[in-house]
Amino acid sequence: MDVLQYSPQALSEPPSFAPGYVSTVARSPRKPLVRIPQTLTEVTGPADFGERLLRAPVHDMTREGKGEPLGERIIVAGRVLDDRGHPVPNTVVEVWQCNSAGRYVHKKDQHDAPLDPNFTGQGRVVTDEEGRYRFVTIKPGAYPWRNHYNAWRPAHIHFSLFGPCFATRLITQMYFPGDPLIDIDPIACAVPSEARNRMVSRFDIDTTENEWALGYVFDIVLRGRNATPMENPQ
Amino acid sequence: MSDTLVSEVRPLTPWQTVGPFFHYALPWEGGENLLREGVQGERIIIRGRVLDAMDQPVSDAMVEIWQASSSGRYDHPEDNRTEVPADPAFIGFGRCPTNEDGVFTFHTVRPGPVPGPGNTEQAPHIAIGLFGRGLLRRLVTRLYFPESEANAHDPILDLVGPERADTLIAKRDEENSGVPTYWFNIHIQGENETVFFDV
Repeated sequence: MDVLQYSPQALSEPPSFAPGYVSTVARSPRKPLVRIPQTLTEVTGPADFGERLLRAPVHDMTREGKGEPLGERIIVAGRVLDDRGHPVPNTVVEVWQCNSAGRYVHKKDQHDAPLDPNFTGQGRVVTDEEGRYRFVTIKPGAYPWRNHYNAWRPAHIHFSLFGPCFATRLITQMYFPGDPLIDIDPIACAVPSEARNRMVSRFDIDTTENEWALGYVFDIVLRGRNATPMENPQ
Repeated sequence: MSDTLVSEVRPLTPWQTVGPFFHYALPWEGGENLLREGVQGERIIIRGRVLDAMDQPVSDAMVEIWQASSSGRYDHPEDNRTEVPADPAFIGFGRCPTNEDGVFTFHTVRPGPVPGPGNTEQAPHIAIGLFGRGLLRRLVTRLYFPESEANAHDPILDLVGPERADTLIAKRDEENSGVPTYWFNIHIQGENETVFFDV
C-alpha cells in the first residue's frame, strides 16, 4: 500500500545537538537518523477523538481561578495551515506557560518569583473549519534558568499540535515581537535566524479588543503533502 | 511546473523543546491506558526506561505512542480498508511522562500487522515519539515484538539493517497478573543508542 508522502522536515529544524543548550549534549543521538518512507503508520494518527483523549478545553486561562490573575491580559489567535496553505481544521492546540512574574505552576520550578493563585497557565483549543484558533491568557514573564551565567528565557508560550497524522506532530514555542532576549537564547537560537522569526508572534490591532486586551497573531505551518483533493468533482 | 509548486510551499514552523514544565498541561488522567470497555484483542503492557548518554534515567521526558488495533486497523480516515474490521473501542494513542526512574508504562493491546510500502506487510509495531527537556525536537522510533516472525520481512527493519535492528525489539518480561509485559528501553545516546527515524 503506497501512501502520499508529507513534505520532509525542513532544513530550518533545530538539530538535536545544539551545545549552547547544555541539556542537549547528553540527550541527542550521535548516530545518523535512519531515513524511512512514511507508511500507513505515519500518515495516520490521533484525530477526531473528541473528548475521549486529553484534558478538557480551556479557551480563557484567566478564568480558571476564583479571581483575575495579575498581569497583562492578552488574546492570542492565528491559523494552523499546512505548507501548501490549506487550513488544518479540527485539530487540538495545547498551550502552557508561566505566569506574569515568570513562574510556572510546577514543583520543579524554583525561581524566586511569586505564584499566582488565580493562574495555572494551561489551555486547550480546537481549530475551526478555517484552521483558526483563539485563546485568552496573561502575558508570560521572562525567567532565569541555569543553562549558563545570567541566562534568561525570553517570554514564551509553549504550543503542542497534532495536525492530521503522526508525521505532522509539532511542539514549538511562541515568542513576542521586540523581545531582546530571543537572539541570545540558546533554545530559540538552535533554529537559524530566518526560521527563528517564524516563532515570533506579531502584534495585531484587529485582534486587540477595545478597552480590554492586546492581541497577538501566531500562524503555524505544519507539514503538508502534494495531493490536491478533488474539489467540486463534475 | 514543479518549480512553481516548490515556490508555493510555505516554510514550516520550527520545533522547540517541550521543556521541563509540561506536566501540568500535557499528560491527562488515563493517558497511558489505551484500553476501553469492549476493546478487542490481547492486552499487553509496554514498559521502558529513557536513558541519556551516561545511561542515567531521564525523569522529565514524555513518551507518546501510536498503533493499530488488534486487527491491524488504524482509527483514522486514511485507513479506509473495509476488509479489516475497525474497533470502535480503540483509538491507539497514548501519552505518558517518565517517572523519577525514567520509566514509562502503557496498557494497550497487541497491534495487528499493517500494510507497508508497495505489496509489503509491516510486522506488528508501535510508533513512538519521545519528547523532553534537552530534546529540541521529537525523536521518533518504533517498538517491535520479539516473538514476531514477521520481523524478518518487515520493510522498515530491513532499512535499519541487522546491526542495529535489535534496538527496536522489545524484551519479553515477566507477566503482570497474567498480562504479557514488554520492556523497551530508549537509549538517546551511547553504545546502545536506539535507532531514531527521519520520517
